[in-house]
Amino acid sequence: MSAAAAPLLEAEGLTLRFGAIPALEEVALAIWPGEVVAIVGESGSGKTTLLRVLSGLMRPERGTVRYHGADGAVRDVHGMAESRRRLLHRTEWGFVHQNPRDGLRMGVSAGGNVGERLMAVGARHYGSIRAEAAAWLRRVEIDPARMDEAPTRFSGGMQQRLQIARTLVTRPRLVFMDEPTGGLDVSVQARLLDMLRGLVADLDLAVLIVTHDIAAARLLAHRMLVMRHGRVVEQGLTDRVLDDPQHPYTQLLVSSVLAA
Amino acid sequence: MTIAAGYNFGYLDEATKRMIRRAILKAVAIPGHQVPFGSREMPLPYGWGTGGIQVTASILGPRDVLKVIDQGADDTTNAVSIRRFFAKVAGVATTERTTDATLIQTRHRIPETPLREGQILVYQVPMPEPLFRLEPRVTETQRMHALADYGLMHVKLYEDIARYGHVAISYNYPVMVNRRYLMAPSPIPAFDNPKMDRMPALQLFGAGREKRIYAVPPHTEVRSLDFEDHPFVPIRADAACSLCGSRDTYLDEIVTDDRGGRRFICSDTDWCASRREEGR
Repeated sequence: MSAAAAPLLEAEGLTLRFGAIPALEEVALAIWPGEVVAIVGESGSGKTTLLRVLSGLMRPERGTVRYHGADGAVRDVHGMAESRRRLLHRTEWGFVHQNPRDGLRMGVSAGGNVGERLMAVGARHYGSIRAEAAAWLRRVEIDPARMDEAPTRFSGGMQQRLQIARTLVTRPRLVFMDEPTGGLDVSVQARLLDMLRGLVADLDLAVLIVTHDIAAARLLAHRMLVMRHGRVVEQGLTDRVLDDPQHPYTQLLVSSVLAA
Repeated sequence: MTIAAGYNFGYLDEATKRMIRRAILKAVAIPGHQVPFGSREMPLPYGWGTGGIQVTASILGPRDVLKVIDQGADDTTNAVSIRRFFAKVAGVATTERTTDATLIQTRHRIPETPLREGQILVYQVPMPEPLFRLEPRVTETQRMHALADYGLMHVKLYEDIARYGHVAISYNYPVMVNRRYLMAPSPIPAFDNPKMDRMPALQLFGAGREKRIYAVPPHTEVRSLDFEDHPFVPIRADAACSLCGSRDTYLDEIVTDDRGGRRFICSDTDWCASRREEGR
C-alpha cells in the first residue's frame, strides 16, 4: 500500500431515500491509493446504491463525493460535467458489474470488447489495439487464440475475467466492483479472487468492492465497511472487523458464515 | 413553364418552407449535426425521397435549374418522377447535365463531374443516425453525439477487420465532419466519400421518415473513419465502362445472360454520355 497523504475518493454525508425507504443515511467514506475496501451487508442494505452514488451513476439527495484526479485537481463527482465524468469512467475509473452481460458487449468479439476502451480514448492503430487486447486476455487467463470469439461462447467465469480485462486495459486508478464473484461456483470464484489479488497488487489499484461474501472480503480487502439499512454500522481493518466484531449486526453477520 | 393550378410554388406551403429553411440554416451552422424538423406527408411513399424532396422544395427558386438522379442515372423511375413533379408544381427548368444544374437532388450517388461553388447537392437519406445499428437507444446516441463519444463506431470497424481483414462497409460509410460530428453520408458508395471532402458545393441531407436534416457547408473537411494501419480505401469494380471506356468512375454491373455474362457501365449516365459525345 502506498502511503499517500490525500485520499483518492472521499464521500461525506451521503443521503438518499427511495420513497420512505432510506437507501443511504449520512454515509461517509474515504479510499486511499492502492487500497482495497470492501462494503459488506445483507441484500437491500444499500451497498450497490452506495457504489452507484460514489461512481457518479446516481445522484444523492445530500452529501458530496470528491475525487482527486491524476492531474492533482480535486473535483466534485456530481458537480463535474457529464463529459468529464464519462472520461473518468473510461480512463481513471473502472466499473465491474455483477453480471458480465451488463459490462460486456455480447455481440462483439472478446478482442473488440477489450479494445473498446482503448478506441474510446483515441487509439487508432489496429495492430497495437489488437496486441494490447491479446496481452490482457493472456493476463486474465483467456487463451488469445479465442480473441475473435463472441463472449456468448465463453463460460460465466471467463466472461467475468473478460469484463475485468476490458476494465483494466486503460490502467485505471480506482475500480468499483459490484459482487464480481456473484453467480459463480466456488472453484471458479477462488480462481477469480486469486487473479484479482494478483492484478490489484501488480497495478497498485484502489478497489471498492461490494460483496455479501464475507470470505471473499477477507481474502481481498484491507479495510471493511459493514452496512445495514443504509447506514455504516461498523468499519475498520478487515481482520479486526471479522475477528472482533463490535456491532450486534456485524456479530450476527460473522456468526452466520458457514464453515465448510 | 407554368405551375399547375391549385399548388403553391414548390408544392409545400410557405410556413412549412420557412420551418424547413430554419432547420437547414441550423444544420449548415453546425456541420454534420442532425436537426429535427416537422416532416410533412408528401405525395410519394417514405423511402422514395420524401426528405430530399422537402429540402429541395424549400430552397428551390424560380430561376433554379434542377437535376435529379437515382443511383447516378437521370432516367430511372424515381429520378424521372421527382423531376416531373417539380416541373409541374414549381415550373422550374430541369436538366440532365450536371454542369448546367444549380440544384441536384440525388439518391445514393455523387455525380462524377466535380461540383462547383454555387451548386447545391440534396441527398435523400433513409437513416440519418450512423450509430443506429450499434446503439438502439436514441437518447443514448444523442448523448454520444453531444459528447463526441464515438469509440463504438471504431469497435465496429475493428470487428470488421478482425473478421474479414478489411472494413466491410461498401456504402453509407461513416464519416467525421469538421472533426466533430459522426455522420451517415446516406447510402452512397464508399467510392464517393472522398468527393464530399472540401466540396465547393453545399451538401444538404433530408430524412423524411426520420424527420432529420443535416448539412455539410462548402469546403468542409469530411473524413472517412479508418485506422492508421488500415487506411480508408474507396472500392470500385476493377473494369472499364463498356460504353465510354472510363477506368476511374463508379460502375454498375449488368448481368447480360444466364451463363455468367456481364458488363460494366458508368453509374453516372450524364458523365458517360458526355464522354461518348466528346470522343466522337
